[in-house]
This record gives sequence, structure tokens and C-alpha cells, in this order.
Amino acid sequence: MYVYDHYDQQMVDTRVAEFRDQTRRRIEGTLSEENFRPLRLQNGLYLQLHAYMLRVAVPYGTLSGAQMRMLGDIADKYDRGYGHFTTRQNIQYNWIKLEEAPDILADLATVEMHAIQTSGNCIRNTTSDQFAGATPDEVVDPRPYGELIRQWSTFHPEFLTLPRKFKIAIIASETDRAAMRLHDIGINLVKNEAGELGAAFYVGGGMGRTPMIAPLIRDFVPLDQFITYAEACLRVYNRYGRRDNKYKARIKILVHELGAAEYTRQVEAEFAHLLTLQNTAGNIEPPLAELERIKAYFADPAFESGLSDSLDLANADFAKWVATNTAPHKVPGYAIVSISCKPVGGIPGDATADQIRLMADLGRDLSFDELRVTHTQNIVLPHVKKADLFGLWSKLVAADLATANIDQIGDIIACPGLDYCSLANARSIPVAQKISQAFASNGKGEKLGELKLKISGCIIACGHHHAGHIGILGVDRKGTENYQLSLGGSEGADCSLGTITGPGFDEDGIVGAVEKATDVYLANKQGEERFLDTYRRIGMAPFKDAIYAKEPVNG
Amino acid sequence: MVEQHLRLRSDEPVADPAVTVDSFAQQTNAVAVRLEPGDDARDLLPYLTRLKLVEVNFPAFTEGRGYSSARILREAGFTGELRAVGDIAVDQLAPLRRCGFDSFAPDAPLSDADAEAALSRWSNVYQPAADDRTPIWTLRHGQSR
Ligand code: SF4
Repeated sequence: MYVYDHYDQQMVDTRVAEFRDQTRRRIEGTLSEENFRPLRLQNGLYLQLHAYMLRVAVPYGTLSGAQMRMLGDIADKYDRGYGHFTTRQNIQYNWIKLEEAPDILADLATVEMHAIQTSGNCIRNTTSDQFAGATPDEVVDPRPYGELIRQWSTFHPEFLTLPRKFKIAIIASETDRAAMRLHDIGINLVKNEAGELGAAFYVGGGMGRTPMIAPLIRDFVPLDQFITYAEACLRVYNRYGRRDNKYKARIKILVHELGAAEYTRQVEAEFAHLLTLQNTAGNIEPPLAELERIKAYFADPAFESGLSDSLDLANADFAKWVATNTAPHKVPGYAIVSISCKPVGGIPGDATADQIRLMADLGRDLSFDELRVTHTQNIVLPHVKKADLFGLWSKLVAADLATANIDQIGDIIACPGLDYCSLANARSIPVAQKISQAFASNGKGEKLGELKLKISGCIIACGHHHAGHIGILGVDRKGTENYQLSLGGSEGADCSLGTITGPGFDEDGIVGAVEKATDVYLANKQGEERFLDTYRRIGMAPFKDAIYAKEPVNG
Repeated sequence: MVEQHLRLRSDEPVADPAVTVDSFAQQTNAVAVRLEPGDDARDLLPYLTRLKLVEVNFPAFTEGRGYSSARILREAGFTGELRAVGDIAVDQLAPLRRCGFDSFAPDAPLSDADAEAALSRWSNVYQPAADDRTPIWTLRHGQSR
């Protein structure tokens, strides 16, 4: 794991002091709310419906035990005893007092954490593959490159006032676990025919009102030029991204309106210009020695060799959990464990302070002091010895953290919605709770296998509903909460956007519609097909027929 | 004329009024130009030798194009005065400075103490920009620029 040196620590400490000063000016009244707003946003502080919300960055989703423990302690000390893990691999606290925000940032800084650029129209925290460094299917661990992006993008003076927020994801596996092509920039680290590493750049993806899958604009940028290439992508966006309409301000609209070819041409021209600065003081690219320095922090932990892969699966509940919540590790005798933060009927992504601290201890003791936050709002212990799995599972059971539902219908992504968010049209959480309960009590959840259901409370799409095998979007229909259903989205390597089924539903109606859609799948499923595969094979019509049959539609 | 003015240069200020990019291109003796957010800073590159002052307007603090305009001019070797004007608060001074601005004429007055604190706050920087500061990733490996 990356460890701060005195430079990193000084940057974060300076930021705390700066924000303390800005907060003081705001409270004294010398700084207007209008002028304070962009400053607090760049420190992750939002004003929500009931209180301030603070979003803490977890760079590329990786945490140490001590960092995780601090997240639990902050939940107790400054919030109401819980935190909410988000689709940005971050954690949010929903009940924050403005005057305490600088103290929270100071506490975070003691464990090398911060809330820098977790909101605002700037380059946000970079996300990555939650299995990085542990999965057998990666070309390289993408996180050192994520750390380089973190340094490059932190307080980047040219890109603090972009037309709109800017999200970068970096992966190094054809199995895309980070929704890479639904980001403003998605980077996939690949090897060329000569076996050299480089970066494939996908630019202009995103969700929101106008969802787009990012087109590939460059299939190979050499690694000693990739920060420069990112700089070129951002400069073209900063100069030409639309600023007249916030719904058209994301880079996806620029790429779409110019066309990927013209956007690429402009980026290549800017890139060629920036490369001319290479041997001057203006050289954009970090020295390769810096990449080597960072890489050393991400070297494999001291795995034991020669461990057995055999497991005693006599306990049926344990066996079920192993089947759904563990993934193959690159080293024999180890497993990647996903801890579900989606108990039946719970609030997706929420964890109590005690649960967070327990996971911190488990990560420290059983996973080489490493944890990950996933964009599906769960927690991963990346390196667990198979021999430790049963003991781990027993402790998770006791803490209500052993729900065996990863990637199943109960593993719902849901944004905070109208319960917290001032932009929401509808509540997301109660819908998630009802669906999770319905499929747990009818026993179908397990039978359905992989089925990614995602809920957003408004068109901004923080809940990634466009990318759900089943997606639900809250809309405001003549002053009442209404839910649109979509089918066929996917965030992975087979990235696709969902299609709306038809008229929307009320809160109970949407649960019924989801049940009908899953029945169509079970009736038509062939072989090992997932819901998504069946939908792609048979198309929308049978689903539509079932969902809208007979019953009155209140849309 | 600008009343509130923070200037980090020691040469004589240019007295000429800054004209629009269009009229600048037509007036062969003009030395001062004003860039609006939609103007392309690269249109000025043929005239760098006679250009002494570029005023970059920030009609709102959310307007960020001027940061790129400034860097483009500095990257092309412009050494004259680069003045940020408009809706600029003390918290924008440090990034503006890093992008190459060396003169600030905000709509609302800045306190000298606040401005000085803002400009001296960051003892290091992570990435290169248009100032002469050595990024941390270079310092770490013992090279200066
Ligand atoms: S999708 Fe809309 S309602 Fe949900 S968190 Fe995002 S902005 Fe709020």
C-alpha cells in the first residue's frame, strides 16, 4: 500500500489549515456562502436536505486497517454512528456540522486521508479495480498508476474550475470491475505486441441524463507519456466543454457533439504540443523513478507458498457464502473476500461504526492490513488465506456482515435518494429495502444468480441505474414519486446501457414489476445464462408483455 | 482603470488600454489585449513580440477557461504581464499564479494580508504548471529543474 512521505503529509496538513481558515471566514461571515460553496465542495462538503454531508476520499479504493478504523471512529465522534460507502469507492457521512468539518479533516490527516476534490467541478478521486493486486486476470496492478494520477490531479491549478465534475477510472484487466467505460476518462493498462505496457484511453463516458459509453480514442499511450496524454484530454475539455448548460457540461457531451474523431484530433494536437515541453522546465511527465518508487509500495505482501486450496464446506451456510462472496486469488491457498454491506432489508452501503472497526481489524489480521471499498458499495479483503475463511466468516456472521449475495439481486446499488439528497426526485433506499426483502422471502434471490440491480433517485444517476441488468430511476411525476424500470444495462467488459420498459410505477408497483421481469428470465433461461444473457437473446418484448399484462398501469 | 491591483512584477505597468482580440489583430501598434473566456489564446501567438499585457477576464469565479489561456501563453514563451481580472476571490490566487498570472485586478478588493497568505500557503506543488516551481515528484528524486 502507498505510504505518505513528508511531502504528501505536508500537502494534506496544509489543506486542513487552509480549510480551517475558510470555514472560520464563513462562520464569521466574511466569506459569503456563494463564495464558500466551491471551496467546501473541493473539500467534499455538501449541504444536503438535513445537514452537511462529508465525502472522504479512498484513493483507488484501497485502505489500511488503521485508515478503516478511523472511518469508524469518525462515524461515532462526528456522525450518528454509521457511514455510507458509495459508488465512487468513497465513504460519506450524512450528519456533519460545519464547524466540526475542519476537525474531521485533521483527524483524517493523521492516517494519511483527506476529502480533497471529492466533489466540485474538478478531477475527482480516481477509482480502480477492487481486486487489483490480487486477481489472476490482471496485466499489472493498476494502482501505482492511479497514485500517479492522484498526485498529478491534486490541486492541479489549470483544472480546478472545469465545466463539470471529472471522474477517472483505471484498470488493467479485460474483466472490467470498475465500470471503466462509464467514466469521463477510462484507462485500461494493456500490453502491446512487443510486450510493453501502455494505456488505452477511453474518453467521454458517463451516466446522468445522457448516458454514454466512452469511445476508445487511443489504444496505446506509452507509460512515459500517459500523464501528458491525460493533461491534453483535460485541457481540450477545459477549453471547449460547454459551460452554458450544466446538463451538457460533462465531457461526454463535448466528445459526442464534436464526434470522437474530432475530439481525438484536438487531443492529439494538444498532446504533440505538450510533448515539445518535454526537455524544458514545463515537462508534464513525472520521472520514471517516481513510478518505480510508487510501485515498490504495491509489491506483493509476503504470501506463504505451497498452501492448499482445499476447504471444508460441510457447513451449508458457509459453503454458500464461499460460493458467492469469494473470488479466485492469484496465489494458491488464498481467496479474495467480498463483505456484503447489503443485509436483507438494510440500507445498501451503510455500515455502523462497530462494523467498520470490525472490518478494519479483520483486514489487519487476515488480509495483510489491506481493505478495499468497491463501487458496488461493499468491502473487500483482498488477500485472505483459505484456511482463515471459516473463522472470518464466523466473525462476519456475528456482526451481520455475512450476507451471501455478492452480484445477486440482493446486492443492490442504491444512491441516498430523497432520504438525504437535495437533488432527488424519489427515495431509493426504501425501494432497495423492499426488493431485497421480497427476493429473500420468496427464496428467488439465489436462484437468479448474477443479477445486478441498481437504483438512482434522480437522473444524475449516482446509483448507476443505466448500467444495471435491472435499473430503476426515481422520477417526479406530477409531484409524486414514480419509478422507471430499465433492462439490459451492464457496466463490465460487455458495457451496455439499459432500455426503459415503458410507463413507470409507484413504490409497490416497481417491486412487482421487478418480480415479473425475473420470472420471465427464469421461464426462458437456457443453460447457464444470466438474466442479462437471456434478455439479450430474447429481447425486450417478452419482458414488456409480462410486466404490463392486465394489471392497471399507474404511469 | 483598475483600482484594486495586485502586481507581482517590477517593470513599469503598461498604460495602454487592453483591446479585444479582433481589434488587436488589426491595430499593428497595440500592445495590450483582453481575452474573454471564449477567445482562443493561440490566436495571439503570432504577436508575442509586440504583446506587453494580456488581460484575461473571469466574468464568474466558476469560469475556468482563463487558466488554460494563461498556460498556453506562457508555454509559448510570453513573458509580458498576464493579468487576471473579474470575479476573483483570494482563494483563486494560488492556482492563477501557478498558471502564469502575475497581476490581479479583482472586482472586489482583496486584503493584502489574505493575498499574501494565499500566495505563500503551499510550500510545494504536485505537478508542473506555468510557474517555475519544481514538482514534488522531481524533488523526491533529487533533481531540480
Ligand atoms: S442520483 Fe440523484 S438522488 Fe441519487 S444521490 Fe445522485 S443526485 Fe442524489
